[in-house]
Amino acid sequence: MNATNGFTPGHSYFEATARQRLQQILDAGSFREFLAPETVEVSPHLAALDLPGAFDDGVIIGAASLGGRRVLVAAQEGRFMGGSVGEIHGAKIVGLLRRAVAERPDAVLLLVDSGGVRLHEANAGLIAISEIMRAVLTVRAAGVPVLALVGGSCGAFGGMGIVAKLCSAILISEEGRLALSGPEVIETVMGVEEFDSKDRALVWRVTGGKHRYLMGDCAELVEDDSAAFRLGALEYLDTHGEPEPSLFTLRAVQQHLSDRMVRFGAYRDGLEVWADLGVAQPQQVPLLDRDSLVALKKGLPA
Amino acid sequence: MKLNNLLDALFPAGHTVTVTDQTLTGTATTAAGPVTVLGTMDGAAISHDIALRLADCILQTIESAPGRPLVFLVDTSGQALSRQQELLCLNGSLAHLAQCVDLARRQGHASVSLVNEQAVSGGFLSFGLMVDRTYALADAQVRVMDLKAMARVTKIAHERLMELASNSPIFAPGAESYRRMGAIEAIWEAPSAQLLETALVELAKGAGLADQRMTVGLARGGRYLAADVTAAVLAAD
Amino acid sequence: MNLMEKLEFKFPAQAGKTSPITALCGVVGSGNLEILVRTGSDADVCEVSIKTSARGFGEIWQAVLTDFAEHNPAGGTRIFINDMGATPAVVSLRLGQALTEYLGVAQ
Repeated sequence: MNATNGFTPGHSYFEATARQRLQQILDAGSFREFLAPETVEVSPHLAALDLPGAFDDGVIIGAASLGGRRVLVAAQEGRFMGGSVGEIHGAKIVGLLRRAVAERPDAVLLLVDSGGVRLHEANAGLIAISEIMRAVLTVRAAGVPVLALVGGSCGAFGGMGIVAKLCSAILISEEGRLALSGPEVIETVMGVEEFDSKDRALVWRVTGGKHRYLMGDCAELVEDDSAAFRLGALEYLDTHGEPEPSLFTLRAVQQHLSDRMVRFGAYRDGLEVWADLGVAQPQQVPLLDRDSLVALKKGLPA
Repeated sequence: MKLNNLLDALFPAGHTVTVTDQTLTGTATTAAGPVTVLGTMDGAAISHDIALRLADCILQTIESAPGRPLVFLVDTSGQALSRQQELLCLNGSLAHLAQCVDLARRQGHASVSLVNEQAVSGGFLSFGLMVDRTYALADAQVRVMDLKAMARVTKIAHERLMELASNSPIFAPGAESYRRMGAIEAIWEAPSAQLLETALVELAKGAGLADQRMTVGLARGGRYLAADVTAAVLAAD
Repeated sequence: MNLMEKLEFKFPAQAGKTSPITALCGVVGSGNLEILVRTGSDADVCEVSIKTSARGFGEIWQAVLTDFAEHNPAGGTRIFINDMGATPAVVSLRLGQALTEYLGVAQ
């Protein structure tokens, strides 16, 4: 129990199923599912490969309220086929986003827990992710913030790693990971020297929530608890609007990313980045609790 | 196809393109007016540097050439596979590039891409598939992953995948699958100024503003579920 | 080669209350399963359709489901299962959870 955070802990976000996360994050009893499980056929593409599908094809979508705000939500189930995006799964998310453009809710929450494209439906998955990418930007252009929540067992990888970075902001937990190619893929193709995917500590120093937060790639770091994600989302929405897409903003991002490459481009480990950022004892970072790390980041030179 | 031959075929009226580290940027003349030409070559693996160079070119076009169309030439083997690249959040730079293409669209710049050799996965997502209309040459290789690697990861026999690929565009690699599924507008037997200009003229009328790929995929019979599911979500109580 | 096995069962069962909802429990992950329960067409029968990646366990499904139907008010339900190798213990647990959720709304 952490009295300073203002939430009552009790549900590990990492351990929960997608449905449980929604129940735990959203206002009690407010969730109304779109396309309840048996209204959609189980993926025929998986059936063609002799695999049992899931009734919701691994993603739950619907409407709810969050602290009284009207929200549309999508939650990926990381334990079904790695949360991967197939034709039906992707179309559910695109449908939700298009509905957000029509309805203008206060926000869209994407509970991302996915390795990216579902290889069993490769092309359909890739195209679906491209459609999700365009749809996220259209929702944002309509003035509706899209928040990505990352903290499940699959993290946000592949095309969903790109989608997460197209969102207005990312809330990530220490358990969460955010990247493009999985460490196993990099190791398989480039060798274990390049990336030892079994070195869990290394994986988290390169792709994990604390590193992404310190680098500024995620807006907030939260504890591994659904209540913490809820609070983080509410705090973000309380303090941020959704600015119009602008050349000025993208130019600033361009400059920032270019400067980053110059400054950090030669590093191979989060430890080196954190040291460069001004962290006095980088090796302590993995051991710090969430509040300590947030305080640490606030104290770093600009 | 060599870059210069490709450029000559697309822009017989003239082109000035610079190549830096597998990235090309420049301008060209078409019957529909000047265009920005940019993209990748030699099966480039998209890195931060490549993504940022392309993004910068797009932003420059928005800044200094109102309304000028963007023509992307796509030849990528996917994303760079590197710990250093992941450390600095490669997915973020690819997202930034995608966002620049999208901003160009919102600011009145039509965009097309032409896959002339390879288009793979994240590399393809970051710009080739973000444009108003995507085209491919007949022998272009478009895919998520080759079937052998896919067999290893999914643990489904390679022979079984090949068998299914022969009559399912859902995971058969190739531009034709993507055309049938609505992601590629058309396949060009050869690059031609005529085809490009027709595409640009149509886009100048605003044809590319909304993402129509699902509807096209349904009409062509390559993707028959997505459009219905999306419509059902929009109609749900 | 067929990797997935499809099984169909019908059991006599004591009728429970009819419920307006569809209950869904579990996740189709390795060693896990999801169970969907909704109203069936016959008040004294529990009808079950299974898709499973673990072949050859028909007799065990028979035993687990027979036991479930005998000891629960599962009559009048239609049950769909997507399974990826759950143990009998997990299957029984989920069946109980799903039925409880289904009947819970009827009260």
